Amino acid sequence: MCSLALFPAPLPDGQTTLCESNNELLSGSDAEERPKQELSPLSLFFPRESLKLHSRTESSSRAAFLDHSETLWMRSAAAWRDSGLTGLLTEITNSHTEVPKCLSVSSGCTLALLQWVSSFHGSLFPHLTLSSEDMIAEFSQVLNWSDCVVRAFAWHPHTDKFAVALLDDSIKIYNPKSATTPTLKHRLQRSVAAVQWKPLCASALAVACQNCVLVWHVDPCSLSTRPSSGCAQVLSHPGHSPVTSIAWSPSGSLLASASPMDTAVMVWDVAAESCVPLQRVGGGGVTFLSWSPDGSHVLAPTPSALFRVWETRMWTCERWPCVKGRCQSGCWSPDGSRLLFTVQGETVIYALTFTDAPGISTGTSKGPQAAAVVADLSETSFNTAHGDVIVGGEIQSLAWDPRGERLAVLLKGDPQAADRPAIIAVFKTRTNPVFELLPCGFVQGEADAEPRLMQFHPSFQHGALLTVCWSSGRITHVPFYFLSAGVPHFGLSGSPLLPRPQERCSALANQSLFTEMIS
Amino acid sequence: MADCSAQVICWRAAASIAWAVLLLPPVTAVFVILSRFSLLHPIHTISECFSLLTSAGAIFSLILLCGVILMVGFLNLEYYTVIPTIACSKIALLGQLLHPRQFVNSSAHCIMGIIVAWCCAVTIGGRYETIGYPCTHSDGSTHMCLNEYHLILLLAGAFVGFSHSLLGVIHNMNFVSFHTVQQYKYLRFKGSLPLVVKCSATQALYSVRNYVVVYFFLGYIPKAWICKTLNLHLNSSIHPLDSIAGLLDLSLLYHLWISATFLLFTWYITLLLFRIFVTEVYNFPVQSSFTEEAHQCLPKVLTDKEPMILKFLALQDLALLSQHSPSRRCEVFSLSQPGGHPHNWNAISRECLSLLADLTQRLVAYHDTVATNGRAKSLSTGSERKTSSETSVTSGTEDLMSPRPTLMMKTPASVFARSIVGGPQSPLTAPFTPDLDSPFASPSLRRLTAPVEQCSPWHGTVQSPHVMRRVPKLWSTSTDSQANGSPPPSPASVASPQQQTSKPSLLAQFLQNRKEQVKHFLAKRVLIMYLFNKLPEASSQALFADSQAHIWALEGISYLIQASFSEDQFGVVQTALPSILSCMLVLQEAVDRHFKLPHASSKPLRSASSMGDPTYKTLRFALRATLKTAIYRITTTFGDHLNAVQMSAEHRKRLQQFVEYKD
Repeated sequence: MCSLALFPAPLPDGQTTLCESNNELLSGSDAEERPKQELSPLSLFFPRESLKLHSRTESSSRAAFLDHSETLWMRSAAAWRDSGLTGLLTEITNSHTEVPKCLSVSSGCTLALLQWVSSFHGSLFPHLTLSSEDMIAEFSQVLNWSDCVVRAFAWHPHTDKFAVALLDDSIKIYNPKSATTPTLKHRLQRSVAAVQWKPLCASALAVACQNCVLVWHVDPCSLSTRPSSGCAQVLSHPGHSPVTSIAWSPSGSLLASASPMDTAVMVWDVAAESCVPLQRVGGGGVTFLSWSPDGSHVLAPTPSALFRVWETRMWTCERWPCVKGRCQSGCWSPDGSRLLFTVQGETVIYALTFTDAPGISTGTSKGPQAAAVVADLSETSFNTAHGDVIVGGEIQSLAWDPRGERLAVLLKGDPQAADRPAIIAVFKTRTNPVFELLPCGFVQGEADAEPRLMQFHPSFQHGALLTVCWSSGRITHVPFYFLSAGVPHFGLSGSPLLPRPQERCSALANQSLFTEMIS
Repeated sequence: MADCSAQVICWRAAASIAWAVLLLPPVTAVFVILSRFSLLHPIHTISECFSLLTSAGAIFSLILLCGVILMVGFLNLEYYTVIPTIACSKIALLGQLLHPRQFVNSSAHCIMGIIVAWCCAVTIGGRYETIGYPCTHSDGSTHMCLNEYHLILLLAGAFVGFSHSLLGVIHNMNFVSFHTVQQYKYLRFKGSLPLVVKCSATQALYSVRNYVVVYFFLGYIPKAWICKTLNLHLNSSIHPLDSIAGLLDLSLLYHLWISATFLLFTWYITLLLFRIFVTEVYNFPVQSSFTEEAHQCLPKVLTDKEPMILKFLALQDLALLSQHSPSRRCEVFSLSQPGGHPHNWNAISRECLSLLADLTQRLVAYHDTVATNGRAKSLSTGSERKTSSETSVTSGTEDLMSPRPTLMMKTPASVFARSIVGGPQSPLTAPFTPDLDSPFASPSLRRLTAPVEQCSPWHGTVQSPHVMRRVPKLWSTSTDSQANGSPPPSPASVASPQQQTSKPSLLAQFLQNRKEQVKHFLAKRVLIMYLFNKLPEASSQALFADSQAHIWALEGISYLIQASFSEDQFGVVQTALPSILSCMLVLQEAVDRHFKLPHASSKPLRSASSMGDPTYKTLRFALRATLKTAIYRITTTFGDHLNAVQMSAEHRKRLQQFVEYKD
């Protein structure tokens, strides 16, 4: 069952996907051709050259400034402060001329023992040997994170504003209704892996940084373009770094954060700046978090072939061992009853169904017994005017629009091979009365730009709006105009203004790829 | 009435103590192994430990330790509180420490510390085992001599027990906080266990350090006293321990530390178990078909004031049921069978709104106090005593003005003010604020503090905080500050300025001058300044000390309103929506104003490794966040339908900001 064979062929170079209307993806060759939509939010472009990057990290510049004639005590204290016990031991071992011989020898032995133990630990969980930047790149939902100009993106859940985290560790907030674009910078805001706005709040923005989670409070009425770092709360816990994923509960009361180095998921009470670690043995860390839209479950994959689904009433979890690799990405249906996830090394999308009997106040929802394969995205070759193009393969991330009608899948492709581009495949989905998956098409950008990051607008009126951040530093928005089947619409005024009405209806679009069997 | 429910607390406490007693043998075994361990003979040590643990002496000391745990558990139950007591100045803290109740607590902990230390001494054995030993003097005669090692361990137990009890007051260790993340008891216990180990180890370290210093200087006093009373002699051939050489004994220090850790660990475990058991969610029935069980139902328990923990448990249950349980929500929205009245919803919403209105009133009163006296009110407590006679004159009007606070007011008053005024007196901290006492200010306040129905918009806009803010100004300036688009206020308040201007009499002015003089005089004394100076943010913390209740009330009511959009078949919530919204908006305004005060928005320092729960220090931030979220929850649920809700123009404007996500 190859799902991609039913897709329309990818566009030739130079053509970009503009929008979907009348069940068909429309493309254009030039930006000028874009229909002027009154609802189109800001399309942005961040050229790589415009960003001032940090040339070197803090530790490498230290040698240029530090006075080396400090006493041993001072250097030991500094080493302890900077890199803990190993730093202290290294310092003592290195300065063997100043300390007694037995001390330097014993610290050298301890250091060797520590390294041996940590290498043993690292052989159990290979990801622990990565540097924190590499670790973020490895586990991020963003394709090729370390090279990305736009490293994280987040729509506000209720309004038309969004936050963009850039390569230079700054975050910009764009609001179409306001002229000011605040830029957030903080001493601790390094290697931003994810940003997310707090639901049911106008101002709070959580940022997953290298060593901590920052919660910015950006007053939407303020005219300041550089909010001071006093507006940010710092949430840190020893051993909980780098933070690769954060998730607010949909009720806005709790914030969960995850780090591949820490086996515990931290659940923060942000106002009190206190956290509850949810510790479970096994897995070696937590890479990604996704809170279901109804707030009842949290998906928490680990770096090994195991993921957990936490139930948020009493915070118990189900273990889900995978066969092949770790769980790479996942997304929830809007009612929180269905979880789609992908596994590294496999080219399929799995589904899990959670049926929580209403009215039962105990949090023991009986989950499913096994995951079902809903889509197979193995490599498929398409004949286009410019030669064959192979699409498919491993999946980087999944995104499901808030109405549950479009599912976007970011395929990794192969950066070395020109005919295997990274591409976004979009499915039409239906969750009621049965779960169905239909092909929609591919979303492509300009030539030489590959998609890195995508997110659906949480409250788009006329269907779904997919925001894509490209490797060129451009952020574009692809609207999907449709009338939601689930939402009743009133009269003709409710129907969206279609930019380019087409008579022909795609025949392909009606072939179902996956239909759930009702037994 | 609430006996059945109050019994729940006792049963929970009993269960927690039982678990603590059950955990005692393994903890003691670990302690024995750690205290007698020697690197050179590991096997020998372990076999020795096993034979020791099964001996009669060990069993006797285990029974003693069980008695201590029972006592600690009882003291926990007796002294716990869900609303922390916050001292606003050094002198208030001193007052708390010297309170007779606290004295009883401290001495009990001292005695229990000695008992635990005796058990430790017996189990460690060796040179610590007995208090006396036979020794020969230089002249050849044999006496019983004092074993100073035994004594130093016993005194260490007393010292650690005493300092535990003192630190308990300073860190509010008897405060029981409720967690936002619900977990099963076992998982919560397992999660907090490393913290308890760390806390007891570090606390023991500090206590032993202090103890060693104290013993070095004052150790001769108990030594001489014990020798005299027990008729023991001092062995002059052995080095005394209250000297530098005597105390620099690593093995002694290690045994002191491990014993103190053991003592604190068992007590902390008891405290932790007590907290976990007592704060567990309790499911109150929403309604009962039997009338004799009606007093156990949620609406009834919510309105009860005593015991406070039941009210908190009921509010917690309300917040959870409104969030997670559609069937129980359905019961809340249901109508009574004969009559068709939404009694459940009415009782719940009335109680929640009265809680919120109470907090609003407290905040407004506090803000007015600070605003009239300015920031210079830092030195006040010393002179409050003298002016309390004035308060008693005006207290009559205040009593009329403010309804009885539903919760016990913990206000930033000094000890003196609290002890003198006491009881259900007004929460107003500074008695010398003429505005609040004056009959002029009362209409607005009265309107605000009046029962909930008065919060509704049909009573005109005078009660809105915008106007209220101007009331104190009105007195000194002209009346045209009223012209802010709102309808003219009641004629009574317009007429009053003329009466007011002539009121301050000569006597009042004289008293005012004297007060200023006394204040000035006292301000020059450094010690008095130190003792009486207000601790920064303490008054803010004290204002919000019981805000966990308000947070749950806000969450409960906002989730119920959100659910009512689809679940409320009879429209019972709609009738209350205007009053709820205006109540929340008034509170929002008051909270916003409070956070503009100095120190109100400064974050407390995060102190790790203490068993005291510091959540009470950040309750005001939690309340602010919850309040905003609650309003947003209502506005996002109802959206444009809110335009149909009747409310004053100013509230509509505020609400519009929330609808547009601009706040």
